[in-house]
Amino acid sequence: MTPWLDTLMVLVVFTSLKLLGSSRLGSCIRTAAFQGVLLGLLPIVAHPGSLAPRLLCMSAAAIGLKGIVFPWLLFRALRGARVRREVEPFVGYTSSLLIGVLALIAALWAARHLRVPGRPISPLLVPVALSTMLVGLFLIISRKKALSQVLGYLVFENGIYAFGVGVAYEAPLLVELGVLLDVFVAVFVMGIAIFHIRREFDSIDTTRLETLRY
Amino acid sequence: MESVTIAAFLHPVLAAALAPLLPGVINRVKAFFAGRTGPSLLQPYRDLARLLRKGAVFSPTTTGLFQLAPAAGLAITLVAMALLPAGGFPALLPFPGDFLLLVGLLALARFILILAALDTGSSFEGMGASREAAFAVLSEPALLLGLAAAVRVSGELSLSGIMAAASAGAWTTAAPALLLVLGSLLAVFLTENARIPVDDPNTHLELTMIHEVMVLDHSGPDLALIEFGAALRLWVFGALIVGLATPLRTGVPLADAGIFLAGMLALVGFVGVLESAIARLRLLRVPQFLVGAIAFSVLALVLVLR
Repeated sequence: MTPWLDTLMVLVVFTSLKLLGSSRLGSCIRTAAFQGVLLGLLPIVAHPGSLAPRLLCMSAAAIGLKGIVFPWLLFRALRGARVRREVEPFVGYTSSLLIGVLALIAALWAARHLRVPGRPISPLLVPVALSTMLVGLFLIISRKKALSQVLGYLVFENGIYAFGVGVAYEAPLLVELGVLLDVFVAVFVMGIAIFHIRREFDSIDTTRLETLRY
Repeated sequence: MESVTIAAFLHPVLAAALAPLLPGVINRVKAFFAGRTGPSLLQPYRDLARLLRKGAVFSPTTTGLFQLAPAAGLAITLVAMALLPAGGFPALLPFPGDFLLLVGLLALARFILILAALDTGSSFEGMGASREAAFAVLSEPALLLGLAAAVRVSGELSLSGIMAAASAGAWTTAAPALLLVLGSLLAVFLTENARIPVDDPNTHLELTMIHEVMVLDHSGPDLALIEFGAALRLWVFGALIVGLATPLRTGVPLADAGIFLAGMLALVGFVGVLESAIARLRLLRVPQFLVGAIAFSVLALVLVLR
């Protein structure tokens, strides 16, 4: 059980680092979707043997939304926006990668000092979840294109989801599904917002939004 | 005890004899993928013999340092070879913490080559030296952190101990961490030996070269020493990777040596395939590649430290 869980955790960290290091929006969307699928598998891998309908339901909902629906919505927004890559982020890709490594170290330090109620399913889980959240937040503040910022938001939510599955396993199914629904609505709305931003400014560069002031 | 001492000398001697074969194998594999017959496997030996017969030309701007550097670099790499075990052969000088000395020696060899390149006063060589130094800044932490993770996995402080533990069963208990370390070491291997995603050993355009441009001014026997040193460096990093990657050990020295040599051939064959399959990275992307390697090492260390 633990080797599989460890492998899953390592893969999640890789996907975060890949998101930090790649400039092509299409591959970023695919990477974020892959991360969503990995985390969707988390409940099943963490509790092998007990194929409770609850677990399967949670996994299926997460994989379906994050692996299929979100990429579809985002790719549609991408086609509409006619951008292929994040050209000039506020923080360069190499520095972003280094910051990702630093975020992982900070998350490890924080996880050591964080008193988590109950017993996490893996000692790696809390640091990985925290670092995923940090990477998501960092993506939101360091990228210019609205689409990359939506991806940052998704990664942030992935971190929260991992934390929820790993630590608060007993949280009611309804809460988990409610969170997923919230994210769905958020991505849906953001997809529409991207479309409108593009129509108004001929670009989804959020720095252009500053011109609204004048 | 006597037999152990003789066996310990075997690896450096074997390495010195076989190291020029490695670039030959890489070139042969690349030629095969390009649809050519390619140079003979022994071509690097012939090149070395030809260079040794020639005279050397020294630019009047250079100092004694420039003439000293090739021999010094080769000598340092040979000392590094003495720290490495190979297959069933023990290392010549194993001691706890020798992996730090190994990294230090390899850095020293590079430092001396960089000094010699700067000594020529040529702007091209200065550029190559600055690139080599810049990438070394990123490849050394990857190497050190990766080795630190391997130390932690095996609980041993010497390279011989680490590799014995890797063969003895560390692969069954800590496979994810060891795989990450291997990935990181492979990136360092490609960087340090000026192989393709980082540097193209065949290019002769000074603006894009890194390692080759540093040795442009060396000629004759000096160039032979540098080429031989580069082949040995390839062997050192290869032995490090193969030693960590070998999951089993038979206990019969000859069989282990056979496994080791097969591993080395597989590694350089893989490098040949890699070089045929992918293009060189843009110079600006190389740091990203190396930071990725550092991330692998840090992740491995994190996995085993928790």
